[in-house]
Amino acid sequence: MSHSAISENIVEEHAENGDVKARRAFLAAAGAAGVCYAAALAYPVYRYLASPSEMALSASAVTEVTLKDAQKLPTGSVLMFKFGPSPAMLIHHENGQWVALTAVCTHLGCTVQYEPQMDRIHCACHGGVYNPYTGANVSGPPPKPLKLFKVAVNDAGVEVSRA
Amino acid sequence: MTTKTMATNVYGWMNERLGLSELAAFARKKTVPVHAQSFWYYWGGITLFLFMLQCFTGVLLLVYYRPGVEAYESVRQITFVMHFGWLIRSAHAWAANLMLFAILVHMFSVFFMKAYRKPREFGWLSGMVLLALAACFGFSGYLLPMDELSYFATKVGLQIPVAIPWIGPVIANILRGGPDVTEFTVQRFFALHVVVLPALFIPLLAFHLWLVQRHGNAMPESEEAKPAAERKSMPFMPNFLRKDIAMWIISLNVLALLASVFPWALGKSYDSLAPAPMGIHPEWYFMSPFEMLKMLGSVLPGEAGEIAGMLLFTLGIVLWILIPFYDTSKESGRRGRAAHYFGLLAVFALLATTVIGYWTIR
Repeated sequence: MSHSAISENIVEEHAENGDVKARRAFLAAAGAAGVCYAAALAYPVYRYLASPSEMALSASAVTEVTLKDAQKLPTGSVLMFKFGPSPAMLIHHENGQWVALTAVCTHLGCTVQYEPQMDRIHCACHGGVYNPYTGANVSGPPPKPLKLFKVAVNDAGVEVSRA
Repeated sequence: MTTKTMATNVYGWMNERLGLSELAAFARKKTVPVHAQSFWYYWGGITLFLFMLQCFTGVLLLVYYRPGVEAYESVRQITFVMHFGWLIRSAHAWAANLMLFAILVHMFSVFFMKAYRKPREFGWLSGMVLLALAACFGFSGYLLPMDELSYFATKVGLQIPVAIPWIGPVIANILRGGPDVTEFTVQRFFALHVVVLPALFIPLLAFHLWLVQRHGNAMPESEEAKPAAERKSMPFMPNFLRKDIAMWIISLNVLALLASVFPWALGKSYDSLAPAPMGIHPEWYFMSPFEMLKMLGSVLPGEAGEIAGMLLFTLGIVLWILIPFYDTSKESGRRGRAAHYFGLLAVFALLATTVIGYWTIR
């Protein structure tokens, strides 16, 4: 093979390499553009569908709830209320003590109920039991205690705030 | 096992049960004619794509829409409270209009290519029913926001069947759910719009598409006159499909542009005691029949005009639907030409009355 033929060969190979590179780059760019296009379509759809959960998130930013006239709650009874998006309970114990806790079972999220005659908080879904003074998980499947809130009673009502 | 052999095995397993290779063979064999008028072949596909978009955006609206008394409030919420709700609603409304436009283009291209002739009569007939259903989709969907415009549009629209002797008022009352447009009307229009109409439309659409697979694309007469060897065609897979998808992406971009730059408005909530707003007029696809009835009404005032208008209208539509049965043969040049002129007259009448309709909006 003559010298010039070899160099021609090399040049051709270079050109082919260049073509492959250009083709790869083009495909990568087209793929990236396609992904951007799909993302631009999916983003508004996602935000649209996620609107209620975003609203709930902003509702859960609540740190304090005032329950008007709740100071009149008789002893041995309970008042259910919403703290932000989720249910909570205010208990006026027989001994006059006020306790407020989240009413969402830590097991699978059912709403729990206060049973004054048994002096316990009970979850009907899977039989979880909590202490109605401290929120501690006493028996059954709940893995964690119910969260306690701070309670302030005055003439106008009861103020419940994040502890 | 390498990925390739695994894929072959999975394909073999599925093929044995589903006959995929027959489908693939059919897809390979399918071709689309190439000629000067090939452009018009895309409009059926564009319509199909827009319909799929309607299903998608419609389901998204369904997530927050509440028919009945709360209809307006829920649309207000979608438009102003939910993120991008305005865009989804705007896309649904714009795609509805684009879809009707695409259907009309598709219909007239089929008409002028004489694609309704044997053996494609059922394609034409099913297409006509699909057009009627699409118009019903448009009419029923228009009421759902229950704003001022949609309230009056429905009031007026449901006054048209009243002109049918004897049974007219009964039909109108059944559609309205009472003597006036109320939350009962929006509730039943909702049922029509999201359950009844799709249940009719989708199987009929499947039939329409199956017919296209069965008979292939019709060719204009100039192409059919050529000997088979001189006709050009391209494979459907992947050549035509690629172009189809390109058309779909163009449609989607046009829709995105329209929906975001010209967001669909939401008027005031309807008030049955408020007077009709100034300049109220039908949607563009109902403008022509509305204007024709109005013109006839001024020539023949009163009930006589209404009935004459309905008769003339019905006659025109029946003639249009039955075209495959009186413009049948390739040989009879005279009838073919007459059908052609009928088509031109229809296009002219539709355009002229639409223009006059918009011109005379007060």
